[in-house]
Amino acid sequence: MSESHPEARRERRSAHGRRNRVSVVGVLGELLLTAGVLILMFLGWQLWWNDAIMAGQQSSAASERSSEWLEQARETQGETPPPAPADYGEPVVDATDYGNGDPFAVMYVPRFGEDSQRNIAEGYGLDVLNSFDLGVGHYPDTQMPGEVGNFAIAAHRSAYGGGMHEIEQLQLGDAIYIQTKDGWYTYRFRDFEYVTPETVDVLAPVPHHPELAAADRIVTLTSCNPLFSTAERIIAYGVLESWQPGSAGPPAEIAETVATWGN
Amino acid sequence: MYGALWRILPGPVWLRIILVLLLVAAAVFALFTWVFPWVDGILNPINVTVE
Repeated sequence: MSESHPEARRERRSAHGRRNRVSVVGVLGELLLTAGVLILMFLGWQLWWNDAIMAGQQSSAASERSSEWLEQARETQGETPPPAPADYGEPVVDATDYGNGDPFAVMYVPRFGEDSQRNIAEGYGLDVLNSFDLGVGHYPDTQMPGEVGNFAIAAHRSAYGGGMHEIEQLQLGDAIYIQTKDGWYTYRFRDFEYVTPETVDVLAPVPHHPELAAADRIVTLTSCNPLFSTAERIIAYGVLESWQPGSAGPPAEIAETVATWGN
Repeated sequence: MYGALWRILPGPVWLRIILVLLLVAAAVFALFTWVFPWVDGILNPINVTVE
């Protein structure tokens, strides 16, 4: 055993030498591993970290606008709201010509979860959809909230605050609340459709029938499908159920939630 | 590459571990704050609209 000692030491030394030497393959391997980790980290940043930050900022921006409108309605009407009539009549339609990026409404869908309220702005560019205080875009050529025809909007399904992250969770009759400076429009979810990204007919006043004149007041939500992909679009239609002016406050079902937005 | 980094770091093993953790934390912070937002801007945008 004693004669094998120097040999063993030599082997150990050479093994150590090999480890110390920087080999091309070794560095390449480490670079590839690093690249893999970086890509995973980027996905984590985009789909979780940045998404959560943007979602928080978008919903608090929407809360702020909603509270401002409520405050304004309260100021003009006085502290005690007038007794509610049985019917508020035809919904008021905002005739203002909004420029690209101008926010004019707040969307709140209880099914999308707490803090899912988002500002709706004119236009569907990245300046609206990827914005830290907007998030939902209105297709400019479509109708306005409460108007006869199609109020069509778009938002991200995942990342950038994901204004329509839970869109596939909608169930028949779920409320889609749209608040404007004039009041609250309550739409009820009707049905889904899955289409290719080129199917612009879903935005027609009567979806898929651009030649027909509209009689109904509907809302159309568009987002990407499947989740984490942009291969298709998921379309959710809703029908206007009721309207109430801002002075009447938020619809009774969400009054408590809306009250917390002002804090 | 990373082996060389480990050897360059001074001190006993526990100190090296702390230094490595600090370096990793700094790298993650720089990535999340500056690198990833920049990369996000040059990647193809995620389209969600019909057009």
